[in-house]
Amino acid sequence: MDSPEPVPSAQSDDRPGVSEQRADEAPHLRVEDLRVRFDTTDGVVRAVDGVSFSVARGRTLGIVGESGSGKSVTSLAILGLHDAKRTTITGQITLGGRQLVGLPDEEVRRLRGRDMAMIFQDPLSALHPYYTVGRQIAEAYRVHHPGASRREARTRAVDMLGRVGIPQPARRFDQYPHEFSGGMRQRAMIAMALVNDPDLLIADEPTTALDVTVQAQILDLLTDLQAEFHSAIILITHDLGVVSQVADDVLVMYGGRAVERGTVEQVLRRPQHPYTWGLLSSVPSLHGDAEADLLPIPGTPPSLINLPPGCAFHPRCRYAGRNGDRSRTEVPELGPAGEAGHLVACHLPAADRSRLYQEDVAHVGVAR
Amino acid sequence: MSLSPIEGVALAEIESGGDGDAPRSRGVVGRSPGQLALARLRRDRTARVSAALLVFFVVVALVAPLLSIVYGVGPGEDFKDKLDRCCGMPLGYLGGISGEHWFGLEPGTGRDIFIRMVYGLRTSLLIAFSAAVLSTALGVTLGVVAGYLGGWVDAVITWITDLVLAMPFLIIALALAPTLVLRFYGERDAVPEAFGVGMLIVIFAVFGWTSTARLVRGQVIALREREFVEAARASGAGLGHMLFRQLLPNIWAPILVAFSLAVPQFITSEAALAFIGVGLTDETPSFGRMIYRSLDYLQTDPAYVFFPGVTIFALVLAFNLFGDALRDALDPKSSR
Amino acid sequence: MSETEPLLRVRGLSKHFPVRTGLRSRGLVRAVDGLDFDVRAGETLGLVGESGCGKTTTGRMLVRLLEPSAGTIEFDGRDITHARRRELRPLRQDLQIIFQDPYASLNPRHTVGRIVAMPLQVNGIDPPGGVRKRVQELLELVGLNPEHYNRYPHEFSGGQRQRIGIARALALRPKLIVADEPVSALDVSIQAQVINLLRDLQRDLDLAFVFIAHDLAVVRHFCQRVAVMYLGRIVEIGDRADIYERPQHPYTRALLSAIPDVTALGPAGRIRLAGDVPTPLDPPSGCRFRTRCWKAQDICATEEPALVPRDGGRQSTACHFPEGESAGTSPESGPVAAAGPAVPVQATATAESTAPAGSVGASGEEVAK
Repeated sequence: MDSPEPVPSAQSDDRPGVSEQRADEAPHLRVEDLRVRFDTTDGVVRAVDGVSFSVARGRTLGIVGESGSGKSVTSLAILGLHDAKRTTITGQITLGGRQLVGLPDEEVRRLRGRDMAMIFQDPLSALHPYYTVGRQIAEAYRVHHPGASRREARTRAVDMLGRVGIPQPARRFDQYPHEFSGGMRQRAMIAMALVNDPDLLIADEPTTALDVTVQAQILDLLTDLQAEFHSAIILITHDLGVVSQVADDVLVMYGGRAVERGTVEQVLRRPQHPYTWGLLSSVPSLHGDAEADLLPIPGTPPSLINLPPGCAFHPRCRYAGRNGDRSRTEVPELGPAGEAGHLVACHLPAADRSRLYQEDVAHVGVAR
Repeated sequence: MSLSPIEGVALAEIESGGDGDAPRSRGVVGRSPGQLALARLRRDRTARVSAALLVFFVVVALVAPLLSIVYGVGPGEDFKDKLDRCCGMPLGYLGGISGEHWFGLEPGTGRDIFIRMVYGLRTSLLIAFSAAVLSTALGVTLGVVAGYLGGWVDAVITWITDLVLAMPFLIIALALAPTLVLRFYGERDAVPEAFGVGMLIVIFAVFGWTSTARLVRGQVIALREREFVEAARASGAGLGHMLFRQLLPNIWAPILVAFSLAVPQFITSEAALAFIGVGLTDETPSFGRMIYRSLDYLQTDPAYVFFPGVTIFALVLAFNLFGDALRDALDPKSSR
Repeated sequence: MSETEPLLRVRGLSKHFPVRTGLRSRGLVRAVDGLDFDVRAGETLGLVGESGCGKTTTGRMLVRLLEPSAGTIEFDGRDITHARRRELRPLRQDLQIIFQDPYASLNPRHTVGRIVAMPLQVNGIDPPGGVRKRVQELLELVGLNPEHYNRYPHEFSGGQRQRIGIARALALRPKLIVADEPVSALDVSIQAQVINLLRDLQRDLDLAFVFIAHDLAVVRHFCQRVAVMYLGRIVEIGDRADIYERPQHPYTRALLSAIPDVTALGPAGRIRLAGDVPTPLDPPSGCRFRTRCWKAQDICATEEPALVPRDGGRQSTACHFPEGESAGTSPESGPVAAAGPAVPVQATATAESTAPAGSVGASGEEVAK
């Protein structure tokens, strides 16, 4: 992983606002060998360490990982929301043909909200408590449409509130965030994110703070809105259940690196990485034997300051010893896992992987 | 130090507890939050400089009698013979600075400014520290009780706090001090030094506890609902355990900061009161009295105002800087 | 389990919080409103529901961190509803709590040893071999290194902290532990570790648990019996198999189908409830679930359904129109279909302020038109 892969270089001659025509063909967002590091008093945090993926319009990529896996940092880096003073970003982030890494802050800011938008986990802290919900949405619209009048912005905001399923949007426009319930707030956040028709929507744990019945509504809403707006969605979550419902592709992250990537079918049905196996077999499920023990992953997620050498997962991996010292010394490359489009970063030979999966994992828990 | 709102960074702090042997081999004895704060404080240059200055001042105040012997001049001694006859100005340059009198002599009385300052420091620090200890103790007790018990106890204590805050400190002090003196001593009696000092301490303590009480009350209310407090309650812990074992250790930090910021406040208050003639008599060496007297000589003997002025400035500044550094070290998240 | 006398017997348990603006009282929040349930020795009861259903309040009342407004709590045959601290002392040892937040539940200024020893110290218990030995045994029991006795909480990860909290709860060898969302703040891979630990402890020490959670899947792996709560009431209670395989209350079924299931790819759930949980300040009249229920009829608005046993007494449901005993009623028959436009759900005039008239909002297209 130390040598950056040859990257189809997105040249800077892509002028802003052009190259829209090939959007549906080429992935709308392409991230190549992204590395994000922060300098802290305790050392250098390698929050993201060589991650590549792409999302096409109309597709949803689920990024799965535990706390400290680098999944949220990835999204902040795409949006340019990191603290520029302490953060070093290398690699390529190409949005609609435009290279974002190294772009001046001002230009990234202009893209943010218009071409890419974010939905946060906690809508209450993401909405300003002293302004009405409608005003905040209208402001978000006017920032990127300076020519729009107040009335136009209001009409647009009311329209958006209606589209995300908020009843009586005209009346709701003038209410404050605290007058909204949790689910309604998240809907308002989504309305705000979509008000400028962004082509890329990043949702960071959008339903974690919500009740299950409301979570189901919001996930349905995201699916419906995607069909309507045809945007690319990145869904960041720790919940494989959520991923299984809405994602088309899945990227599993561990210790700042991608360990497995593929379609949702490939990753959840025929997982190749022992970490993915662990995630699947440790999730309690509504089916199967309730009395059987769950199969947890031993140990704790690693610190990004002090990643284990070699494969970051090896201290927690049951199969790490099978390759001699390789797991401890050599960082596995993300390589083909067998099927087209399915990638895995594991030293185990492919034949072993499918055999071990069948023997040890497939019969446990949900991974059946 | 929380650096960025990003997951993973916080993990650095937690990591060392990993089951597989922690990479840092510091044995099985953990570092307490207090030790971590101390380490942060040591790394802070402002803290080191201001602490050194404070230690210097405190040592000087403590060994004042010793200094006096070495220096060869007592605080009460006067050297009228070294003043000029007509208007009592010290002879020589810069207010009579010489090898014997390092900071010169007081015009009028002819006392040695250096040794008066050394003893003035003693008085200042004694009053400020005692008042800070008393007012902090009072404030912590009332704040903890009000915050933890709540209900009518809280209402009464809060009401008293508001009452005290509403009283104009200077006016009451101005009115109270002479009355108190008259209550115990006749109009002509010499008031002993200790009485004046004690009276100031009491006045400061009575007026100074309110901010600490409010602070502590707020902290306790915030902590009261924390789950570790509930865990103790669920185990049947009594009031004493709750207050002293569970709550107090968690509010030492703000109390310490409040204390370290109260001291300089009392130093300036003492000087201010002495300046307007309340509290200490001219016999007691004090910065306030010195500065008050020196104003008459601002034109003729600027050295007289210079030394006490600079010293008290340095003292208060050092305390405030140290208090701020302490706050940063104890609560790195709230800093700046 | 064969004993007839339950370890914990709760009858009519209620907690009402007064709501004030300034000095004027604006009524009561009925956070918990008349709960009846039993827990036998060594039994695990799951208390499940969404936010605002009163499950946490219930747990806190059980360990007497909150004073019940009405009803009784009997523990081991004694009424402890309003027992004072000194009377509770002997019972404290039998009744402990594990908290949700592994960060807030440990005193940051105390070493692990002191934290785990706290219940012993508070109750003046000197175990044979000394406090230190007992604490180290406990640390080992929950899978921590006993050498870490002198470390501070900030040096541990979330999962390890939760283990410390569990060790503290076990210090007095309780008979019943109230576990308030003990795994919901933990990472997925750590959750399973803690659930397995709790299961092992439950079996080895024959502990009874009241396990409070919002996650039905977690509860299924831990609890023998399950009570589903909605807005301060138990709407359904029964054995695990009954609740998960034959749910009779519409709300239980909606909850079950709302859980995203890894085994099913694509939008899985069939039942979509509209709107949010109404505020407990002004709960709907009659059946509290009726504003979000697709089966609601006129009677639901006027008459509150009682929690009555069905199926011969093991499973009780509070619903006027429960799923019949005939297993023929398939889940697809009534409820709102996810894919199609939302079937207009019984709209009600007495909509609460946050999510008015539950009907709208289920799907984007419907409202957009």
